[in-house]
Amino acid sequence: MYHIKVIIKRRDVILDPQGKAIEQGAKLLGFDNITHVRVDKLIEFNINSESPEKANEEANLLCNKLLANPIMEDFELSVTKI
Amino acid sequence: MKRVKAGVVVFPGSNCDHDAFYALKHILGNDVDFLWHKEKLNAKYDLIILPGGFSYGDYLRTGAIAKFSPIMDNVVDFAEKGGTLMGICNGFQILTESGLLPGVLVRNESLRFVCKDTFLKIENPHSRFTDSIKASQTLKIPVAHGDGCYFASPDIVSALYENHQVIFRYCSPDGEIDEISNPNGSVTNIAGIINKKGNVLGMMPHPERCCDPVLGNSDGSLIFNSILRHL
Repeated sequence: MYHIKVIIKRRDVILDPQGKAIEQGAKLLGFDNITHVRVDKLIEFNINSESPEKANEEANLLCNKLLANPIMEDFELSVTKI
Repeated sequence: MKRVKAGVVVFPGSNCDHDAFYALKHILGNDVDFLWHKEKLNAKYDLIILPGGFSYGDYLRTGAIAKFSPIMDNVVDFAEKGGTLMGICNGFQILTESGLLPGVLVRNESLRFVCKDTFLKIENPHSRFTDSIKASQTLKIPVAHGDGCYFASPDIVSALYENHQVIFRYCSPDGEIDEISNPNGSVTNIAGIINKKGNVLGMMPHPERCCDPVLGNSDGSLIFNSILRHL
């Protein structure tokens, strides 16, 4: 069994209004040195695969088909044996 | 006008399905069926509507899970064979997620859910969805969404305009395209697009909510009547 962590990031060219709102909030708190806030997604799951390579391959497929939208998002994933 | 057979797909979380049914059946006089998303298309339809709402609670991304509903294979097949398919609001989001239309719909620039009347300029008056509306006419159609900001890369947006796929743009009541009339931050005020073949329309505004004259605005019926003339 393997544990997968996927971080899904919206591409920089796509506006991130949540990140912008957080940045404005931070500035209101006096954090004038905060810039480039982006809100990403973290998705975790377990996968029953025969090897870490196979787990990685299956998780990649799931990311491309469902978890991320390849038009606007990139993803990074990590595989840990549990 | 010919009576047509229309199907309104119902996903878990659809909430404009009854409005679409009411407009097409009771106002415009067609045969309309609800099509549960787990069923297969088992009759011949002239028009299929993917209605507005919050399919699967908008989890993950709007429309991302609905695109795997069993009926969607049939819907994609229907569109590929040239059938007239219309996605309204969440339906538009499902169409982009399914790859039937280019681009994506992301969170409104304001981060607010926007529910109000918008004005639409008809950018392409020659599509089956608009060709019986006067090109110069500005339509008043309401929007109600939190994720309606249309985005596509600059090359895709240019191609959309070159191929006359941009159908509706948000404008002022006088038909001016300006920033203040854009309710969600959509690139170049895009409110609705069609596919290259011209048989699939996705739009964020809700024409089904303004078909009944008793509501004081029936501009939505102009779009449906345009479609019905082709079927």
